[in-house]
Amino acid sequence: MSEPLVVLTDVNKHFGPLHVLRDINLTIGKGEVVVLIGPSGSGKSTLCRTINRLETFESGSITIDGKPLPEEGKELANLRADVGMVFQSFNLFAHKTILENVTLGPIKVRKVPKAQADKRAMELLERVGVAHQAEKHPAQLSGGQQQRVAIARSLAMDPKVMLFDEPTSALDPEMINEVLDVMVQLAKSGMTMIVVTHEMGFARKAADRVVFLADGQIVEEATPEEFFSNPKSDRAKDFLSKILTH
Amino acid sequence: MTIQLSALSALGALVIGTIVAIFRVSPVRVLRFLGTSYVNLFRNTPLTLLMVASILGLSFILGLSWSDQAKTNAFIWAVIVLSIYHAAFVCEALRSGVNTIPAGQAEAARSIGLTFGQSLREVLLPQAFRGAIAPLGSTLIALIKNSTVAAVIGVADAAGLMAVIVENETGSLPVFFIFALGFVILTLPLGVWFTSLSRRLAVKR
Repeated sequence: MSEPLVVLTDVNKHFGPLHVLRDINLTIGKGEVVVLIGPSGSGKSTLCRTINRLETFESGSITIDGKPLPEEGKELANLRADVGMVFQSFNLFAHKTILENVTLGPIKVRKVPKAQADKRAMELLERVGVAHQAEKHPAQLSGGQQQRVAIARSLAMDPKVMLFDEPTSALDPEMINEVLDVMVQLAKSGMTMIVVTHEMGFARKAADRVVFLADGQIVEEATPEEFFSNPKSDRAKDFLSKILTH
Repeated sequence: MTIQLSALSALGALVIGTIVAIFRVSPVRVLRFLGTSYVNLFRNTPLTLLMVASILGLSFILGLSWSDQAKTNAFIWAVIVLSIYHAAFVCEALRSGVNTIPAGQAEAARSIGLTFGQSLREVLLPQAFRGAIAPLGSTLIALIKNSTVAAVIGVADAAGLMAVIVENETGSLPVFFIFALGFVILTLPLGVWFTSLSRRLAVKR
């Protein structure tokens, strides 16, 4: 494996009495694309969110590029700038235009001059195919377009790693592919990606590794071919039989 | 005098109210507690009482005076009391504005590396203000009318003037009517303007 970028060691978390993450050990290398799958409630979204500390955890450690996650504050903000995050519900800033959504981080966090930030943002919007919508507000765009803008917004920070928390779950079926296409293209460009998804097609096409979670534990890790054709654990077999029968 | 008093107090209420609202949504427990206490204290105290307490208690007994001139002193106290009192309502209007913003936007703001202060300035407050325009308008109208309470500490606002006229003239009913009309002329267009403003600036979701 390539040089490790994100390392989780014995991470544990509870939501009240519910033990959502149990002794999670996971290492993600530079340029690797890892897909987290599992039944709902398995802790895969929580795991994704702990990596940029939108969720806290109780024990264990998470390091990104060798640095442990700091406490809430300036330092954590700096670290989050290097970790892109794409949400299920897009979460674009509703009062800003598409262009302003993409340039906010570079201008305020990276202190890039506005003209330069605008230019870079337009290139990114071009790349995700929504450049002609730059002056509109998020509510005027379709879900698929909004999600592609959200990806551009993350990319504008030049992140070391990108987290995707079920990026296509809130989309109408005909818009899923336009978002997945952007993600596949991103994976090919060498971006390190951690993707929580139910899109098995994406996992097959773009993932280097599939991590299967159930009840807050990593049950199985394998290459996509291996995992889909020859799952080892009963939980994984059961899960795959449920989602692949239709 | 009413207009001057209202304008200054509105400005004060907006500034203090915003700060208290930031306290109330901050992640720091102590600040949240302070903000909540402020709102509970001033929202539940009658304005007249605060007015009288300021001039009798703070100014006359404790000797906290802003100016040697009794008139100016009373005016400044009136501005302060009106600001502090209405800040509690401004805070609650803003907080309801903050609550209209989906939680994900704050998360998105943090995840691109904005600090808490930056997320407030760039993402949360601008949307909170837009969402809170209508209730802020109501608070401003209430403030204009409540400025008449300043008469109890001797500020020559509309109510004070009215009392003088009624004392000196006969036929107090027409005088009441004219002053009431004056307030309607002041506040009605304001209400209409705020409604249109809130429509125009509404954040589409």
